[in-house]
Amino acid sequence: MAPTDEVVLDVRDLVKHFALTQGVVLRRTIGAVQAVDGVSFQLHRGETLGLVGESGCGKSTVAKLLMGLEKPTSGQAFYNGQDIFTLDAGAKRKLRRQIQLVMQDPYSSLNPRMTVADIVGEPFEIHPEVAPKGDREGKVKDLLDVVGLNPEHINRYPHQFSGGQRQRIGIARALALRPEIIICDEPVSALDVSIQAQVMNLLEQLQDEFGLSYLFIAHDLSVVRHLSDRVAVMYLGRIAEIGTDVAIYEHPTHPYTQALLSAVPVPDPTMRGRRDVIRLEGDVPSPADPPSGCRFRTRCWKAQQKCADEVPELVERAVTSEEFRHASACHFAEERRIIPA
Amino acid sequence: MSAGTENAASFELVADDGAPLLEVEDLHVEFRTREGLAKAVNGVSYSVRAGETLAVLGESGSGKSVTAQAIMGILDTPPGFVTGGAVRFRGEDILKLPEERRRALRGASMAMIFQDALSSLNPVFTVGWQIGEMFRVHQGMSRKESKLRAIEMMDRVRIPSAKQRVNDYPHQFSGGMRQRVMIAMSIALNPALLIADEPTTALDVTVQAQVMDLLAELQRESGMGLILITHDLGVVADVADRIAVMYAGRIVETADARDLYAKPAHPYTKALLGSIPRLDAKGQDIAVIGGLPPTLTKLPSGCSFHPRCRYMRPEPCQTEVPPLVSFEANRGSACHFWQEVLDGTDR
Repeated sequence: MAPTDEVVLDVRDLVKHFALTQGVVLRRTIGAVQAVDGVSFQLHRGETLGLVGESGCGKSTVAKLLMGLEKPTSGQAFYNGQDIFTLDAGAKRKLRRQIQLVMQDPYSSLNPRMTVADIVGEPFEIHPEVAPKGDREGKVKDLLDVVGLNPEHINRYPHQFSGGQRQRIGIARALALRPEIIICDEPVSALDVSIQAQVMNLLEQLQDEFGLSYLFIAHDLSVVRHLSDRVAVMYLGRIAEIGTDVAIYEHPTHPYTQALLSAVPVPDPTMRGRRDVIRLEGDVPSPADPPSGCRFRTRCWKAQQKCADEVPELVERAVTSEEFRHASACHFAEERRIIPA
Repeated sequence: MSAGTENAASFELVADDGAPLLEVEDLHVEFRTREGLAKAVNGVSYSVRAGETLAVLGESGSGKSVTAQAIMGILDTPPGFVTGGAVRFRGEDILKLPEERRRALRGASMAMIFQDALSSLNPVFTVGWQIGEMFRVHQGMSRKESKLRAIEMMDRVRIPSAKQRVNDYPHQFSGGMRQRVMIAMSIALNPALLIADEPTTALDVTVQAQVMDLLAELQRESGMGLILITHDLGVVADVADRIAVMYAGRIVETADARDLYAKPAHPYTKALLGSIPRLDAKGQDIAVIGGLPPTLTKLPSGCSFHPRCRYMRPEPCQTEVPPLVSFEANRGSACHFWQEVLDGTDR
C-alpha cells in the first residue's frame, strides 16, 4: 500500500521533562532533563516515518509517550481527531488497540515463563472483543504464520527461538489486535546483519498486507532510509530536520543532518577519500542543561550569536527545488550534498 | 654454528621486507560446555604485517572474538581450550610460551581494546591510575611519573583538558571518551599489535567516526599492526587493507578490501553484501540470507554454510569441508564453487 495524505497521528508540540530531584526526606526538584522539548510531526496512513538520532536525543521517549508509558509534560497527539493524552480510561483502553509497539531487545521483551501462545495471545485477554475465547489458539497460529514462524511451535518458550525469531514473536504480538499504527523502537538493532534483512523485509511485507503506518525509530541511518517514506532527524529533544527520504538524504540543509550522514560508513571501499568528511567535535551536551537557542550550536561550525539568542523554528528553509522542499531548524540552513550521487 | 647466525640475519632481512608481525596458523579452539563440545574456531589462519589493518568480519558466534582471545592468551580456560595450531608473534610461537612471558607480552607488545569500555574499566579507580598502571607494572615507574605519563597519553588520544580529568572516574566520562581512555591504556607501551574487538559498536555514529579516525592516526604514527574485529561492513570498507570473513569458526574468504566488495568469491560474503541497506541507494532490494547461523555444538556436515547457501549441491557441499583455496595473490575462498560465485553465475 502506498502512503496516503490522510493523517492518522498528529503530534503537536510534545514536551517531556523528567524532574531531577535531590534528597530523600526533603525531596526537592533541582532541574529537569529536557528529553523531548517541542516535537511536532504527522504520520500518514500507510506510511513509514523514520525517527533518527543519536542516544539521548529523545526518540525513544517519544515512543513511550505515544504508547502511554510516560505522561507528557505538555503537548497533544491526535488520533482520529481525539487527543490521546486527555482521553478517559475506557476510551484510552480502546485506543490502545490501534497503536502497538515493537521493542528493541527480543531477549528481554518476552516473558521467559510464557509460551508463545500466551505471549502472542495475551493482547486478547485484555481486549476480548477482538477474539472470542474458543477461537484464540487459531488466531495465534494465524499470526505466527503471518510473521513467518511455524504455527506448530505455539507451545514453545522464548529461549527456544533465535534472536530473529523472537523479534518475529514480538511483531506477532504487536499485530494481534490489528492496529493501525505500529511504533518500532530499534526493532533490528539487536540482530545480526543477515537476520536484520529478514526482519526488515517482514515489516515491509506486513505494511503492504495490513496497510499499517509505522513510526520507525532507529539510530542506523541506512536502515531508516531503506524503510522510510519520510524521515525526521532529532537532536537533543527537538527535530532538526524533517522531509521525504530523498530530501533528507540527498538534499540535507541542517548542519547536524549533514554531519550525521557524513559519519555513516558506506560499505564500499572505492568511496574512501571521495566523501565529504565533517567531523563533529566533542559529545552531545547533557539534556539536563541544553545550550540556549539552537541546541546544536555548541558543536556547529556555522554557529553565530543569533544561534545562541534565538531558537530556530522548524520551517521550510533553503528551498532550491519544489520537489525537495522541507523543514529545517537552522538559521543558516543551506543545502550540502554529503552522499555522492 | 654459522648457519644459525645466517638464519638470524636473513630473518632480519625478511622482517624489513614486511614479514608478518603475527601469524595465526590452523588455530582450533573448543569450549567444553554442559550442552556438549562447541567448536568455536576450526582451523583459522591469518596474518598481519606491521602498519597493516586486517579486518575480521563475522556475525555473532563466528569465532572472531574467540580467535582474538586465544591470540592474547585471555581465553576463559575452562571452558575454552586451544586444541591445536600456532600463533607466531615475530616468528615465535607464543602458544608455547610460559604464562609469565605471555603476560610480559600482553600490554607491552600486543594490546586489545573491547566493545564495552565501561565494563572493561575498573569503576573504583581513577582513569589516570588505570592508564598509569601500565607504566607502573611494566616499567616500574613511580606513581608520580606514571600519572604524568597518563596525562600525556590522554592528550595523545585527544581527551580535552587531560590534566583536570586525570583524577576522574570512568562513570564521569561519556561513552566515546571512555573508549579513548581504553585506547590510551592499550597504546601506552607502544605495542606492535593492537586488536580492536568491536571498538565502536556501542558508540553513536558521529563518535564512532571520531574514534575510527583516532585509531587510524595512531596507527600511522606508530606503524602498529591492527586487527579490527567487527560485524559492520561499513566500518570495514572505510579502514581495512585486508579482510578475513569468518563463518562458524572458519575463515570463508580472504581478500584485499576492494576486491572483496567488488567481487566476492564466497556465497556467504556475497549474500552478506546483498543483505545490507545502503545510505546512498534507495529502493534497492535487500536479499535475505535464509535460515540461521549454525549452533556450534552441532555444526552441519561438510561446508557449515551449506544449509543457507544458494550455490549448494549435495555433493560435495554436504560431505566435504571446502579448504580455503588461494586462487590469486592475497585472495582465497573456502567454497567448492568459488569460481561460479566469482563469475557471478547466478543460481
